[in-house]
Amino acid sequence: MSDQRIFAAALLDPDAPCPAGLTAWNGSDPIQRFAVYRNNVIVSLINALAETFPVTQELVGEEFFRAMAGVFARAAPPKSALLAEYGQGFPAFIERFKPARGVPYLADVARLEMLRVRAFHAADADPLPPDQISQALADSERLPALRVTCHPSLGVLSSRYAVVSLWAAHQGLGDLARVEPGVPETALVARVGLEVQVVALPPGGDALVASFLRGLTFGEAAALAASAAAEFDLTANLALLLRYGVLTDLRLPAEVSP
Amino acid sequence: MTIEFLFEPSTRGAPAREGASRLPARAGLGLKPQHFAEILATCPDLGFFEIHAENYLVAGGPFHHYLGRIRERYPLSIHGVGLSIGAEGPLDVGHLDRLAALLDRYQPQSFSEHLAWSTHGGTFFNDLLPLPYDQATLSRVCNHIDQAQEHLQRRMLLENPATYVEFAASELDEAAFITEIVRRTGCGLLLDINNAHVSGVNHRRDPQAYIAALPLAEVGEIHLAGFAEDRDAAGAPLLIDTHGSPVAAAVWDLYAFALERLGPTPTLIERDNNIPPLVVLIAEARCAERWIESVRRDRAEVAA
Repeated sequence: MSDQRIFAAALLDPDAPCPAGLTAWNGSDPIQRFAVYRNNVIVSLINALAETFPVTQELVGEEFFRAMAGVFARAAPPKSALLAEYGQGFPAFIERFKPARGVPYLADVARLEMLRVRAFHAADADPLPPDQISQALADSERLPALRVTCHPSLGVLSSRYAVVSLWAAHQGLGDLARVEPGVPETALVARVGLEVQVVALPPGGDALVASFLRGLTFGEAAALAASAAAEFDLTANLALLLRYGVLTDLRLPAEVSP
Repeated sequence: MTIEFLFEPSTRGAPAREGASRLPARAGLGLKPQHFAEILATCPDLGFFEIHAENYLVAGGPFHHYLGRIRERYPLSIHGVGLSIGAEGPLDVGHLDRLAALLDRYQPQSFSEHLAWSTHGGTFFNDLLPLPYDQATLSRVCNHIDQAQEHLQRRMLLENPATYVEFAASELDEAAFITEIVRRTGCGLLLDINNAHVSGVNHRRDPQAYIAALPLAEVGEIHLAGFAEDRDAAGAPLLIDTHGSPVAAAVWDLYAFALERLGPTPTLIERDNNIPPLVVLIAEARCAERWIESVRRDRAEVAA
């Protein structure tokens, strides 16, 4: 094994012996000095996760969160120096993490928080101007054939739990005691200007947005959403997407630039 | 190999070393998101801002929004923390490409990286890990710096590390190792005074002698920061480079020692943890500027 491979392996394994060949001026056991590196690595990764998943941490408490994040960081350290991307596997890890089973919605709240960070750093794009939108919506013959381009920050999360209400209650919006966690909600995450917004989508909204993202036409997307949810209300869903600046382009397929 | 310098390489011994970086010889601050809006609203009188490159390797959003506006008003230093120049494996060319795009976008007056490694076998450890100072490491580090300077089409500054262990395999002392890197690659130096102090205490070496032995003519920037104190297995003090507290008195003293030899030099107050209100950091920057001013006056008097 190379020297750095041994050093690297011992960084993440607290039971590994101190790498050979390390010295100290006073002949002291280098393990205590090596422990500084071990500590720097694990603490910085836990801190990075705590920054991305603040509500997840509030839901289980700091001590539990940091212990859980430490287990994750040792098992799945970052693959890139871009720490904003770190933690994509954390929600799935939480789902399998037995000690967290008492909070069944924890993984979905973590998924929502990861979508928020993704939205925060996503590419910039201008929403369609209101006059272009109203023009397109008014042309009922042309409308079904239009293709929709969504803002790069857009994320949708369909959950069996009340993820949006749970998250909002931790922002001081709404009363946590009155949230019923078992009520399914679909979260829309999008950056509006410089702020990331989280809002619940009406029924069928997830199918509508997913169809837009797949490149289906407006008509196809609306039909799919209607068959996915009996209560689907196109106007209500569209109003929400427009309010959050989600639509950045709306045109006939032939007009879509390659 | 040749590097097309964006500016003239410095001449050894030149007093103000204009070639080592294009930052103004003033104090600057690390740019923190919690201070974005206040900086734009108040435009504090500072020499420059410094960012960690990796925080800005994202597509869009508030970080670029604010950095773009702050860049219009201030000189900028881009400081990499993830290139892993000391790694046994090859440099990540994708990472170099992203750095090149960032440098192209913001045209910083300085780009710097560390004498350390942080990536191995595809895992990023998010820490600056130590290197043995032997011939094999020297030649690998020099190759990586050559590659980075060529890829980025600019001269980079290399930062001296804060370390907690030494290696039995080391053949050179740290100052000699760094001097040889600078000689072979033509890179400049980012002299981290806190690291010199921390490593000085941790390895019981004289930080003044260490600084004096470095190729000071190639210093383009200074870093000042705070440390925490721990103990090793024998109870000896072990200082930890935390960037989480104000600059310590011993580090200010060492800064004064270095400035006397360097002349006015761009100086960063580095604070990455326990970040205080902007005004507190500005006060620390003012303190550095008073030292820079005093050295400038002394030199003017000698010249007159």
